[in-house]
Amino acid sequence: MLTYIIRRLFYAIPILIGVNLLTFVLFFIVNTPEDMARAHLGDKYVTEQAIQDWIADKGYDQPLFFNAAAGGLDSLTETVFFNKSVKLFAFDFGASDEGRNIRSDVVDRMGPSLALALPTFLIGIWINITVALMVLMFRGSKLDRFAVGIFVTLMSVSYLFYIIVGQHFIAKISRLVPVSGFNDGIDGWRFLILPILIGIIAGIGAGSRWYRSLFIEVSGQDFARTARAKGVSEAGVLFRHILPNAMLPILTGVVVVIPTLFMGSLVMESFFSIPGLGSYLLDAIRAQDFAIVRAMVFLGSVLYIIGLILTDISYTWADPRVRLS
Amino acid sequence: MDFEIGPGLLNESVLWTILWSDVLIFFLVGAITFFILSLKKNPQNRERWQQVFSTRLGMSSFVIIMAYVAVALVDSVHFRKALPSIPAAAQWQTSEQVFYSNEVNSLLDLALGEMGEMPERTYSAPFALKSWNKENLLLPDGERVRDYPELAFGGSHLDNPEDFSRDIVVNSLLGIAKGLAIALLFIGLHAGWLKKNGSGTTTLQWRAGWITFAIIMAALGWLVTMGNLYHVLGTDQAGNDTLYESLKGIRTGVLIGTLATLITMPVAITLGLAAGYFKGWIDDVVQYIYTTLISIPGLLLIAASVLLFQVWINNNPDYFEVGLEKADAKFLALCFILGITSWTTLCRLLRAETLKISQLDYVHAAHAIGVSHFQIIKRHILPNLSHIIIISFVLDFSGLVLAEAVLSYIGVGIDPAMASWGNMINMASTELSREPAIWWNLCGAFFLMFTLVLSVNLFSDLVNDAFDPKTKLEAA
Repeated sequence: MLTYIIRRLFYAIPILIGVNLLTFVLFFIVNTPEDMARAHLGDKYVTEQAIQDWIADKGYDQPLFFNAAAGGLDSLTETVFFNKSVKLFAFDFGASDEGRNIRSDVVDRMGPSLALALPTFLIGIWINITVALMVLMFRGSKLDRFAVGIFVTLMSVSYLFYIIVGQHFIAKISRLVPVSGFNDGIDGWRFLILPILIGIIAGIGAGSRWYRSLFIEVSGQDFARTARAKGVSEAGVLFRHILPNAMLPILTGVVVVIPTLFMGSLVMESFFSIPGLGSYLLDAIRAQDFAIVRAMVFLGSVLYIIGLILTDISYTWADPRVRLS
Repeated sequence: MDFEIGPGLLNESVLWTILWSDVLIFFLVGAITFFILSLKKNPQNRERWQQVFSTRLGMSSFVIIMAYVAVALVDSVHFRKALPSIPAAAQWQTSEQVFYSNEVNSLLDLALGEMGEMPERTYSAPFALKSWNKENLLLPDGERVRDYPELAFGGSHLDNPEDFSRDIVVNSLLGIAKGLAIALLFIGLHAGWLKKNGSGTTTLQWRAGWITFAIIMAALGWLVTMGNLYHVLGTDQAGNDTLYESLKGIRTGVLIGTLATLITMPVAITLGLAAGYFKGWIDDVVQYIYTTLISIPGLLLIAASVLLFQVWINNNPDYFEVGLEKADAKFLALCFILGITSWTTLCRLLRAETLKISQLDYVHAAHAIGVSHFQIIKRHILPNLSHIIIISFVLDFSGLVLAEAVLSYIGVGIDPAMASWGNMINMASTELSREPAIWWNLCGAFFLMFTLVLSVNLFSDLVNDAFDPKTKLEAA
């Protein structure tokens, strides 16, 4: 098991290098630092000196890959590639355009993101599976088709519509909860309950439909028929035979998401002014702060790869036949 | 790309303007039609499509989707009107020289009549006769009052405001009757054609299709008639007609759903096939590429790429003559980027399926008698992948249309110069909290988007049921 994890971590390295190279090409070769400076400082009334100062200030004035002037080992480390890309591997994200340390910002903002994303995710899965199991009991009937119709309808509604309408009616008109904001500690639940609720409702359509089709596939197999034939109750078939056997595909879809929960939700956080990583990233995109975007791309990939490894490990827990080697 | 056509066709000379996305949409619709026609030769595929269209739901949702596509196509023929020559400028102007308006119109604008050219000053409610904001008014007797001014165009044909309700009823009936008349004409022609050709395929639910078509035409007839007299869905902040803007959003929605998938489908098919068929180092390289792309969070990659493209556009403004061309370039870039981030799933599916098929006996047999790789792929593997391609195309479509709204909110979506539902929905978050709330912008965009996405979702469910061999087995 341990050797397997270590080997998987080594596999991750070329992928992260690929991600790194891709972002580097996008951010420094497709657009030169000069383009970025112009985008930042505006086209008009900008002097050549101001552009050069901006580039020097951000540390983009070094050569891209090889600094012949520095000599020795420094000719490799005193480059944009080393300082801006390679250092990401050490989670050294540098400073944002405003001069703040990106790493400490990220660490500060993970908490609020998680406070919103984790309950949405856990309660959401629980509700989706429950609804899907309930619908499964009536499969083939009119009720089943009606439920699928509702799922498809819920899926077809824009995510933004749920947020806008939910915020409008529950927070602004009924004044049941504050419109937006965040508070640390237990007190914060008043701010979180509405975004969590909206997040769950927005996910019910697609989620329940997916679980339903999963369960139907499993329930058509021979062991389910045998169980029914030998007189197991319908509930027993559902919970003892179908659910455990549907566990592998469920884990495949679910576990990979868990680490990326740290990244938070871009839209939800900005609508409800929750100071998490999602709104951090959104602000960075709107302010064209490329240092933050670069750091988040890298962080997102790392979390995704961790998710993949966790998925494999979870298989061994769900299905004793799976052995990692 | 501009070319000129003299007076004659439209009574005034126009400059046909072809945007890159126009070329692509016509090319794609042609390609899809060709693809479907070529599939028709295969009896198995015919049977599957017949299964889809022999349900009322399948037929109705298909007709709705086709209505959207038709509007998008009509909206993709662009031209710029000639400006009336100004006498004062005649001394600089040679007699043949014509100047063209900077505003790009489309055939849809012609079909909708005056709807796009009824600008008010600011917001107004649906069917309102007066503006939503109070303004300082100068009465004829010289007195100044603060009241709601009358709209410049909404209901301006009424001599007397008391005729309002009668006028609405009369024109509504008229509009619906016009729409139904056109619908009945087409349905009659089609029914006659069916009878004459006497094809015995009675399983197809033509009646459901006709009813849907009649409803759509009646609704369109009503909207166009009323839209030329009133602001059926009110106006937005800049005073533009909301209904008009929502209808213009159809092209954007349809394009983003199709272009993004189809631009990159060749990449996904080529790489997926190559990886699954040739295996070895090709497989390793392809797998490495898509694992790398998948591991970058999709939204982030899209945001980063769009940001960088925006920087590029702003630094190279010379390439674009009118504002819409710039918006179009941005839009194409967005489609391309969306495609780049979404081809990986299809590629993975195709690779796995190709791996499986290329182990089958008939492929081995083909190898043994010396059939070339190209022929094997073309005749034995590709036809067996077609259902995966179709299913993934239809399934991706609705997701992409929905994604546009979120991307526009983030600020990396459609350029504001182009009508889009995403931009309209985003505006709504602030508009709703005004007093009284402005709900019509949200409603217009939401309803059209919802109808499109819902019909595509329903249709894709049926296509999935018909084409996926797994569900086939279960039914047997």
